[in-house]
Amino acid sequence: MAEHQLHPDNWVDQYADYLFNYAVARVSDAEIAKDLVQETFFAGLNSAKNYKGDAAERTWLIAILKRKVIDHYRKINSKKGKAEVRVNYAASSDSEGDWIEEQVADPFSQDGDNALENEELGSAIQECISKLPRKQAMVFQMKTIQGMSTEDICNELGINPSNLWVMIHRARTALMGCLNDNWF
Amino acid sequence: MKISCEEASHICTKSQYKEASFWEILKLRLHILYCKTCAHYSKRNGTLTSLCDKAGLNVLSKEDKECMKKDLEKRL
Repeated sequence: MAEHQLHPDNWVDQYADYLFNYAVARVSDAEIAKDLVQETFFAGLNSAKNYKGDAAERTWLIAILKRKVIDHYRKINSKKGKAEVRVNYAASSDSEGDWIEEQVADPFSQDGDNALENEELGSAIQECISKLPRKQAMVFQMKTIQGMSTEDICNELGINPSNLWVMIHRARTALMGCLNDNWF
Repeated sequence: MKISCEEASHICTKSQYKEASFWEILKLRLHILYCKTCAHYSKRNGTLTSLCDKAGLNVLSKEDKECMKKDLEKRL
């Protein structure tokens, strides 16, 4: 029975970053993404009684977030005409001529693929981080992702620098193993 | 000049964050010359750094999380 229960008090700690990354990749705006994550938690809370335990908590929350992202795009496109795709030169540019030939996708460009691959890489890393012990994960994120200085982290967590390096070292070793299995 | 593998891996991790000193890096380089295991390790460590950079990970700040928690608690 225990597995069928949700633990909303742990949601923020456990899933906020994962959901946030997912949302940022789709709406490319940190503020909007933050709001979407928040709304997802609220919605999850409201429909908690519908949770049957078929899926893991995180999968369930991601499914809600997906709907939130779609709703977001619906909302910003709701004014008539905004959803139209207009193919033209930007108003500011003064170029003219055979624009369609200039606008086709560059077959040699890999930007699209790269963006997609990096997004997958992001969730693979996030997944691996979530498997680390809590404290190691926290230190690793502070150092690597937020780029905080060693001194600041030590002050905040009340540990000494050699402690911190040992933790980061262990986290990195575990991550390397995990990514080796899941990414390469 | 000679250092243990443990110390080498320690310096290697530090250098991923550009916090190893010049001497430490020199010692590490020297160690890598004759220690295959550490050479492999430091290569993988470097790969991890570049992967993390490439993925462009984001995290919510602590304040944001606290805010979220409070809002969520209100509704519980």
